[in-house]
Amino acid sequence: MKISHHFDDATLMAYSAGTLPQGMALLVACHLHWCPHCRERMHATDAVGGALLEQLPPSNLQADAFEQLLARLDEPEQELSTSAPEADSNQELPTPLAQLLDKPLDELPWKRIGYGVKQLDLHLNGPGAARLLRISPGVSVPHHTHGGNELTLILKGSYNDELGRFCQGDVADLDGEVSHQPLVDTDEECICLIATDAPLKFSGLVGRLVQPFIGL
Amino acid sequence: MQIDQPEGGDVNAAAVDSAALRARDSEERRKQVRDDWSACLTALAESRDKSEFARLFSHFAPRVKSYILRLGMPEASAEEITQEAMLLVWRKAHLFNRAKASASTWIFTLARNQSIDRMRRDKMPLYELPEEEPDPDERDMNEHGVLEDRMRAAIETLPENQAQVLHLSYYEGKSHSEIADQLGIPLGSVKSRLRLAFSKLKAHWGEEE
Repeated sequence: MKISHHFDDATLMAYSAGTLPQGMALLVACHLHWCPHCRERMHATDAVGGALLEQLPPSNLQADAFEQLLARLDEPEQELSTSAPEADSNQELPTPLAQLLDKPLDELPWKRIGYGVKQLDLHLNGPGAARLLRISPGVSVPHHTHGGNELTLILKGSYNDELGRFCQGDVADLDGEVSHQPLVDTDEECICLIATDAPLKFSGLVGRLVQPFIGL
Repeated sequence: MQIDQPEGGDVNAAAVDSAALRARDSEERRKQVRDDWSACLTALAESRDKSEFARLFSHFAPRVKSYILRLGMPEASAEEITQEAMLLVWRKAHLFNRAKASASTWIFTLARNQSIDRMRRDKMPLYELPEEEPDPDERDMNEHGVLEDRMRAAIETLPENQAQVLHLSYYEGKSHSEIADQLGIPLGSVKSRLRLAFSKLKAHWGEEE
């Protein structure tokens, strides 16, 4: 996989700090799964946390804290390996997403939200939302900007927009100042994972009409 | 006079030498301390020696607790999560790879994940990333520990407004939007301060190249 669009540093820092909403954290993990370059960058953003840990003044623990822990060291491990569901049915997807979906892509309850566009809400905890979009060849998503941040990971196919061409494994890491209108410009459908931390804002009449239905 | 002169020169040279030596010593010491903890953790995986674990506990547990308290956890939960995180250090020591991270970074990620688990009732799965394959394009992983020491020193030299967003994000667990609200600045400014801070830290991270 040739990946040419990566996360903003600020996004990886939020991932390392553990402050991303669930959907965005899922998306970052999916890209990291595919992208050794960003994994290497993440070692650096994690290391910021490690360095800060060393700088913290130590807090007092309960007097018997270590004894309490010692007593537990030889306990048998319980559910340490929370048996992740087998991801066999979706081998083409990055593991974190495949583990979340219980069925192959085609058997999932997609909802049609407009001409040539289907959506599947992953129903993760907010703020924001995470969804899969499935866009038919030749179709474009209405022009929109974002109240907060929007991350998109291409799982299959490709699209083109004001920012360039995005193929499998690429991420678009956008904030509120960017307005874009992705267009699927090949004869292959495009499936992407989109995670936001605030509702999207559609511009233009069609966008405003469509927004209540999409609920993006 | 003529006898003094070379002596004076020697004294100066000695003074310069000893300053350089002291600087090198403190760099050495820091490196040694970092190596110590990483070595200690690596040894623990093999030995399962509880006195080794006791050393790690006495250094890291009080810092992990400080971290969790700053995330906004009440005292009792912070104590509990610290215990859980340190239990994971014991159980997962065999997964620690000093070529990838220092002991403090590895323990930071364990403590962070424990806290995330606790804060979100509906658990975020913890993602295991694939093993790193050697990639000639990526930086030599063996240097991570050394570079981290430099990063630590570099954090201390960041301008106040950059250090502030770094602390709010990593140590108070605030999202970028929350930081923007708290400081009364646009979201874009929060991100650009973080980016600036990181690019300075990264310069130290990448210095070895």
